[in-house]
Amino acid sequence: MRFLPRFFRRSEIEDEMEAELRSHIQYRADDLERSGLSRAEAERHARIEFGGRERYREECRESFAGNFIEILMQDVRFSLRVLSKSPGFAAAAIVTLALAIGANAVVFGLLDGLILRPLNVPRTESLYAIGNPNNTLGQSYPDYLDLRDRNRSFDGLAGFKFGQAGLDTGDNPLPSWLFEVTGNYFDVLGVKPYLGRFFHSADEHGPNSAPYVVLSWAYWHSRFADDRAIIGRVVRLNKHPFTVLGVAPPSFHGTILFVFPDFYVPIVNAQQVDGTEAFNDRQSRWLFMVVGHLKPGVALPQAVADLNSIGSWLAKTYPKEHGPTRYTLARPGLYGDFFRGPIEAFLTGLMLLAGLILLAACANLGSLFAARAADRSREIAVRLALGSARSRILRQLLTEGMLISLAGGAAGLWLSSTLLSQLSVWQPMPRTPIQVPVSPDASIYGIALVLALVSGFLFSMAPVRQVLRVDPYQIVKAGASGGAGRITLRDVLLVAQIAICAVLVTSSMVAVRGLIHSLHSNFGFEPRDATLVETDLGYGGYRGEAVPPMQKRLIDSVEKMPGVTSVALLDWLPLQGGFARGSLVFREDATDLRRSSAAAEPGIFSVSPGYFHTAETTLLEGRDFNWHDDATSPRVAVVNRTFARKVFGSAAGVVGRHYRMADGTRVQVAGVVEDGKYAFLTEDPQEVMFFPLLQSPSAGTNLVVRSSRDPGQLAAALRNTVRDLDSGLPVLIEPWTEALDIALFPSRVATVALGILALMGAMLSVTGIFGMAAYSVSRRLKELGIRMALGAQSTEVLRAALGRAVRLLVLGSAAGLLLGVLATRVLAHLVYQANPRDPLVLAGAVVALTLIGLVATWIPAQRALSLDPLTLLREE
Amino acid sequence: MSNQAQILPGTLDLLILKAVSLGPLHGYGVLLRIGQISEQALLIEQGALYPALFRLVHQGLLKADWGVSENNRRAKFYELTAAGRKRLREETDGWNRLATAIASALAAQPEEV
Repeated sequence: MRFLPRFFRRSEIEDEMEAELRSHIQYRADDLERSGLSRAEAERHARIEFGGRERYREECRESFAGNFIEILMQDVRFSLRVLSKSPGFAAAAIVTLALAIGANAVVFGLLDGLILRPLNVPRTESLYAIGNPNNTLGQSYPDYLDLRDRNRSFDGLAGFKFGQAGLDTGDNPLPSWLFEVTGNYFDVLGVKPYLGRFFHSADEHGPNSAPYVVLSWAYWHSRFADDRAIIGRVVRLNKHPFTVLGVAPPSFHGTILFVFPDFYVPIVNAQQVDGTEAFNDRQSRWLFMVVGHLKPGVALPQAVADLNSIGSWLAKTYPKEHGPTRYTLARPGLYGDFFRGPIEAFLTGLMLLAGLILLAACANLGSLFAARAADRSREIAVRLALGSARSRILRQLLTEGMLISLAGGAAGLWLSSTLLSQLSVWQPMPRTPIQVPVSPDASIYGIALVLALVSGFLFSMAPVRQVLRVDPYQIVKAGASGGAGRITLRDVLLVAQIAICAVLVTSSMVAVRGLIHSLHSNFGFEPRDATLVETDLGYGGYRGEAVPPMQKRLIDSVEKMPGVTSVALLDWLPLQGGFARGSLVFREDATDLRRSSAAAEPGIFSVSPGYFHTAETTLLEGRDFNWHDDATSPRVAVVNRTFARKVFGSAAGVVGRHYRMADGTRVQVAGVVEDGKYAFLTEDPQEVMFFPLLQSPSAGTNLVVRSSRDPGQLAAALRNTVRDLDSGLPVLIEPWTEALDIALFPSRVATVALGILALMGAMLSVTGIFGMAAYSVSRRLKELGIRMALGAQSTEVLRAALGRAVRLLVLGSAAGLLLGVLATRVLAHLVYQANPRDPLVLAGAVVALTLIGLVATWIPAQRALSLDPLTLLREE
Repeated sequence: MSNQAQILPGTLDLLILKAVSLGPLHGYGVLLRIGQISEQALLIEQGALYPALFRLVHQGLLKADWGVSENNRRAKFYELTAAGRKRLREETDGWNRLATAIASALAAQPEEV
């Protein structure tokens, strides 16, 4: 750090140098005076004899080590001055880089959070999950016990599964997500409590023997407001008393990277949480994952061999339940290779795309820089003629580029860390504990800095050849000139960029149109002006026989509320990404009840009487259910048109006919309703059957309420009504339209992603065209001046100056639009009703591209038009 | 001017070290001294002297101090350091070897080959 003190003493050194040179001239003048000159004359002579004082001072400075910083500061000051003279250029360059670097940093952040960073547990490198050969990791509980007790390779094995339950802390019970974990879970992982204590294997004494809760730090923070007194308190989980033992550390959120459970309970209490009772069933692999640390010194093949020997023992001992059993080891964080594969592929694609965007940005900025260097060829020539070294000029250009790239990098970093912190708290699917485990940290800052420096170097080196070739005498004498070029790589690149931009613009418009369409399409029910009361009676501890009477009570009480015009219940909301239940159905005369002879495999909804009226689903034929369709009366169903067509061959005249379920039960069709959307918005027509609630009971309880009252008031009143019936039952009250968010999720993500990409594409095209147009104008200034002097019209001048840029633009746009129309066919899988041949979309894309072209060529065109041939010809 | 020789690149440092070794000097004094000891045969550009002086100071071969000269002008005086003295000896030897070698090469006669 020797240059630092020097650097700070800079002005002191300068002063000293100045004093010394002055004293030299004084001495020389003394001598000259003695030879007979007057003092003034002598001093003048002395100064002349001394020669270029600045140059020597410069050389003096260079003989210091601290000189690097000084020259740098000089260059920085000079560059800032130059850049402030063309703020448009600087801003365009900085924004382009910010977007490109930001995109890369975000993708890297995702990569870092999802792939590079392992689970946040001690000794994570030795943590493995036990996998089955078919890429799943689920195990049955008895198998887990055998694996845990018989293996010699692990320091311990723990298992867990997901669960949902209602948590009542005294007021406002809420549905929540939890992990049901084996008693040794925290001990096996090696996680230490943040507060209180964890439960251990010693706490497990058979079913429902360990009513303990360990909160996740985030849940403790948000639901309990960091209340330390929570430890030891008794809360109600599905109405069962559980004691809060402790809080897990903030960095720990279970053993799946993107799942963030609210709390952990011992798995021996699974029956109370979600009714799981299969503790002795070897065929039900309901443990989601079994994980453990390998013992130090145990190699993977050794551990697999050990597990497989347990596998053969299991196969021998339980031949009925077990076929030949082989095990693998997998990384737990992304559920082995099950999620890693797709996520890696997706992120690699993104990384490639982001890299290309950055590269294209560099290429464009490079041509912009080349254009500027061409503009400044006179300045550069003068500097060369005055004795400046070429390396010095290049250095200054590089400084300019670096300043821009660092500013762009800083802006990009800001963008990306804002986006990443938004991402880290974002719940992509409402009501699921899934989050994106990213956090903007030092590695991302590092990446952004490196990218900024590298790209700054890349594009500021574009004009190097130009500068090295400059012949000061020729330029000062004759002015810069350039011939019309052939088709260069740069042209091809530009056309490709514009084409890609056009594809993205078209696709994002198609996506937006599709999204708007899908918000107003026919779902087979009317979500507008309906309020949902969502719960699961299991959260209130209701099981089996207790469920239907409670559901009837809920319906009756809500019906009696003032202002409620209709209410109905269904067990599973449509458009939540799948069916809760489905079943094979057979024609009435079928005798062979195997999959191969099934007529259809419809989804099942259990609904209360009046559902079709309340949901505004059109009943095409037959009747709605009534409360007499109960367990004692013959089985009936309401089916949709697709079901009728598939099972009975026609949609009309099927009321009163019968079909069979997989268990042979005969079901009579009571009515036919219109088709709707049930699992996904983009699905093909699905066959669906509705069963009366009392004939097909389900704890899933979603009330659809229509009312003349204000939604806010209604929600509060509904909450009170439910609380009066059961104060411990957690409910979620929201407009039905909001519950559809999950259905619109893929379209929204696609729209936003395409929008961002289209924005970047547009940005790149603008800088690309701008750079090319600016370059071609400044190279041909002289020619244009002569043309104008000879009387060329402004249109002719423009054609000469920008013809090439515009031709490339048109070529690229046409190719892009064509490709875009083709590409959006693919989009139709993601976005409901994405129609590429929508005239509005095509017109919109053309307008957008024209705008891009206008914006990009505006400044060069202005410049070409405002040429003053006189000045130009005189100067050049 | 014809009796003045352009100094060879790299020899300026040696000349400065030699001049200063004869007694502390300020910058202008170095010029005069070189003129004097080379009997006005070596011409040094006035400005070129200072970068060389700075370089030598930076390399630790010279040390500089402000002082007052005989005619009461403030000036920066240069003095040889120990390292400078050592360097002067080495460079003088080197130069002598080179000069002898070149002289004998140039004096070679056809019959000696």
